[in-house]
Amino acid sequence: MFEYAPAPESRSVVDLKPSYGLFIDGKFVDPTDGGSFKSINPASEEVLAEIAEAGAEDVERAVRAARKAYDKVWGPMPGRDRAKYLFRIARLIQERSRELAVLESLDNGKPIRESRDVDLPLVAAHFFYYAGWADKLGHAGFGSNPQPIGVAAQVIPWNFPLLMLAWKIAPALAAGNTVVLKPAETTPLTALLFAEICQQAELPAGVVNIVTGAGDTGRALVEHPGVDKVAFTGSTEVGRAIARSVAGTRKKLTLELGGKAANIVFDDAPIDQAVEGIVNGIFFNQGHVCCAGSRLLVQENVADRVLESLKRRMAQLRVGDPLDKNTDVGAINSAAQLERIRELSDAGSAEGAERWSPPCELPDRGFWFAPTIFTGVTQAHRIAREEIFGPVLSVLTFRTPAEAVEKANNTPYGLSAGIWTDKGSRILWMADRLRAGVVWANTFNKFDPTSPFGGYKESGYGREGGRHGLEGYLNV
Amino acid sequence: MTATTTSARPELSELGRSETALRTFLHGLPGVDQVGAEQRAAQLGTRSIKTTAKAQAIDLAIRMVDLTTLEGADTPGKVRALAAKALRPDPADPSCPHVGAVCVYPAMVPYVAEVLAGSGVHLASVATAFPSGQAPLEIKLADTRAAVAAGADEIDMVINRGAFLAGRYKEVYDEIVATKEACGDAHLKVILETGELATYDNVRRASWLAMLAGGDFIKTSTGKVPVAATLPVTLVMLEAVRDFRAATGRQVGVKPAGGIKTTKDAIKYLVMVNETVGTDWLDPDWFRFGASSLLNDLLMQRTKLTTGTYAGPDYFTLD
Amino acid sequence: MSERVAVRKTYKLFIGGKFPRSESGRSYLVQSSNVSLASRKDARDAVVAARAAVKGWAGATAYNRGQILYRAAEMLEGRREQFVALGIPGDEVDAAVDRWVWYAGWADKLAQVYGGANPVAGPYFNISAPEPTGVVAVVAPERPALLGLVSVIAPAIVTGNTVVVAASPSEPLAAVTLAEVLATSDLPGGVVNILTGAITETAPTLASHMDVNAIDLTGVTDASLASELEVKAAENLKRVLRPAPADHDWSADPGLTRMTTLLETKTVWHPKGV
Repeated sequence: MFEYAPAPESRSVVDLKPSYGLFIDGKFVDPTDGGSFKSINPASEEVLAEIAEAGAEDVERAVRAARKAYDKVWGPMPGRDRAKYLFRIARLIQERSRELAVLESLDNGKPIRESRDVDLPLVAAHFFYYAGWADKLGHAGFGSNPQPIGVAAQVIPWNFPLLMLAWKIAPALAAGNTVVLKPAETTPLTALLFAEICQQAELPAGVVNIVTGAGDTGRALVEHPGVDKVAFTGSTEVGRAIARSVAGTRKKLTLELGGKAANIVFDDAPIDQAVEGIVNGIFFNQGHVCCAGSRLLVQENVADRVLESLKRRMAQLRVGDPLDKNTDVGAINSAAQLERIRELSDAGSAEGAERWSPPCELPDRGFWFAPTIFTGVTQAHRIAREEIFGPVLSVLTFRTPAEAVEKANNTPYGLSAGIWTDKGSRILWMADRLRAGVVWANTFNKFDPTSPFGGYKESGYGREGGRHGLEGYLNV
Repeated sequence: MTATTTSARPELSELGRSETALRTFLHGLPGVDQVGAEQRAAQLGTRSIKTTAKAQAIDLAIRMVDLTTLEGADTPGKVRALAAKALRPDPADPSCPHVGAVCVYPAMVPYVAEVLAGSGVHLASVATAFPSGQAPLEIKLADTRAAVAAGADEIDMVINRGAFLAGRYKEVYDEIVATKEACGDAHLKVILETGELATYDNVRRASWLAMLAGGDFIKTSTGKVPVAATLPVTLVMLEAVRDFRAATGRQVGVKPAGGIKTTKDAIKYLVMVNETVGTDWLDPDWFRFGASSLLNDLLMQRTKLTTGTYAGPDYFTLD
Repeated sequence: MSERVAVRKTYKLFIGGKFPRSESGRSYLVQSSNVSLASRKDARDAVVAARAAVKGWAGATAYNRGQILYRAAEMLEGRREQFVALGIPGDEVDAAVDRWVWYAGWADKLAQVYGGANPVAGPYFNISAPEPTGVVAVVAPERPALLGLVSVIAPAIVTGNTVVVAASPSEPLAAVTLAEVLATSDLPGGVVNILTGAITETAPTLASHMDVNAIDLTGVTDASLASELEVKAAENLKRVLRPAPADHDWSADPGLTRMTTLLETKTVWHPKGV
């Protein structure tokens, strides 16, 4: 036997304060009405810190600070100087990446292996990428002298707290906008540490403002008349409400919403890599991924073989302490999310799908859900249609490429899709027909700052990343 | 090593009779995506193996070492010293296990045999016109028989890469079958020389070819070409032995050889074995490291764990 | 010698390549003609026709779409006098033809300008290319009746979308005549569908229709109606082009936004290995 001894990443690199204020106009300030909420570690339910809750008046202050910074400093500043601030921020993130990674895992519950090897490198890379655009906007294909929009209201989710912040702030600042960003209420800590990094970079006051809070804070922010641009990543339900709320205004909107991606495996696929891709597709970040490959479509003639390999591989997944360097699957982000995953999984069982999880011991405290697959799923099942946003895979079968396309597209979502086959022409044929913004062929869940990301249909509109990501922050 | 006697499924055992059947079978194996395989290997390489797990892994790795010298300059004195080290890797610590085997050229086998007799440390010899394999079959078989006669109980043969790359699979197959026969009771490790096979698809096909022909182990490399064992190559081979056992019931061992120099490297391999094929292979009977300098690093790390201080190379024997 | 009695034209809807009357049997008197007054059902029928045409039109080669659009410009040029007879200034007809030709040329270029290879930090082939969003509902500008109409239809269809257009209620004859142009220009039936009648009747149906992917509100002049339509459009997150300002200069370079708003960017990754 070969048992891996615990290999915990040290918490001591993180200097947690008991309470955090709002970051407005370059300073941490108390909320006007003094409201607050607690951010907890989902792996232990331990309270990490007390966080200020921004009310309408705080949002007002933040938008005003952003407007002033836009008019007086950031808007008029030459692109090459904006670039230097963004490069500084990128470097500071690299320098403090261990601290940020540990804090992200503490607050979010994701394994340190992922926050360290995926989130943080991508965050720094994102700032580096967009830093370089700041003084080259005339070459981005949006006219010779494209102008920023103004003040951007940005609301981000809890699944990749710092990465989503980077996806929002980096292109906005590069294009010359100023921002007011609201992190998710369950994962505000890395955004607040990012605020400190802005101070360390001596970013002019008001260019970045962080207001913490829940849905009411977010609503006050996106509905604020002083905002010129709204960018939201989160659920389709909230995205719809935001789209309604900006109707009739001049606010420019980009939305990155839910998904129910098909990961399609053909009989000639590189099976071992496909199994890795299936696992990475649905169990990466506990399945809290909008582009997760939550529907496995496997060709019927290899279904048994693929499932056998998949189950064997799932038995190797190490579920537990997010700070243990050998953990593959961490904690579910919140009690509410755990409840939703349970409810949909129970619906899967009730509707007749067959449920399977590898034997795995879950910790007593905190929010946990074992990696789970459902077989015998049909298109009619709720677990094949609704976004579960957890480590739950629905397995369906198909017989022909046309049937695979039809099933893959048979959803209101259209964020991503996966194709596994050794036949090049089939990949291109499939990729043409899949209604999804990102198509991963013989790979899955790959991200890069240069690569546009975003959905079709009810998965939202606009793209983040790449040259395309600038478009949402320029008056074009 | 215990050889299982379970025979291959009839249809698999028939494959060697026809070039066409072999080709059809080998080319019908699932492909390997290079990037995906390398990423999986790299990901397994990030496992953090500390304290008790590390101690366990080091002792296991020592027991899996095929302590090797394959130099033109090898002499009886040199190989005797190596064999002595194989028996007692750390003279200062009797709790240190012995290695899995000593691996030498056929001419050196008698000298090693004297030292190892009755010790439980296996005696491996490269044969079949190692490392190129470019000699008439009769000479390769004579080479094999001579090594076994001189006391080797494990034979490391090289496949005919020229024939393999030219698609003459039956020729490669027949050579392995003949060598296996020449081995008698000795176990046969089949060296694929993966550094010359160019693709992981070829590594997978060669692995299956060697197993179908009766190889007891599949081994990555001779150590004589620029690219020796790598984690992804070993991953593909582990997947092959896993799938072969599922298909036939017969378990085949895996031996990465060449380029594995540090404890850190060795532990990455053990993690890969653990998470790809499981504990059935975490045994010197089923997994070996072909290495020379690895042993001293394992010993240094072992001392560090037992004493708490980092040792230096001066404190370990250089043989 | 008595003067010849003219054969008058019946102005009908244009749905799925055919010219039906409104299923409601209604018409309204405008520009001295009885023009079909499209119903909600007509709007839904038009969406069905537009959806059915997506596969063939989006699947056609860009070169082929460009050829067909250019052919439509030829037909338009040939009917110049007919539009002038409807009261469209000759300059406007010329500008409309030129605009149509301009857009026709974009068919096989936009993917190069708006898409491209992305240099990701890893061994991957990665490319982004625009694709049509699908069915687009368009509220055409009240006027200029022809140039405005051409300026909203051409950018939507050149990339492979199909459209359901609510034509200018006060000047619908140009729209119906344009439909006749399109019907004789190899454009597959259903790619362009034109509804005449009241915006307040057709536009809300189109805005709330769940099988419509985008809505172009360019011609909506009533701010509260525009807002209501945008709220309805949010139900399935339609891509939205907001109303044009009253002083919009239709002769100016239109830029790419009309096309790009109605596109989806698809990014494809594949490993590079042996």
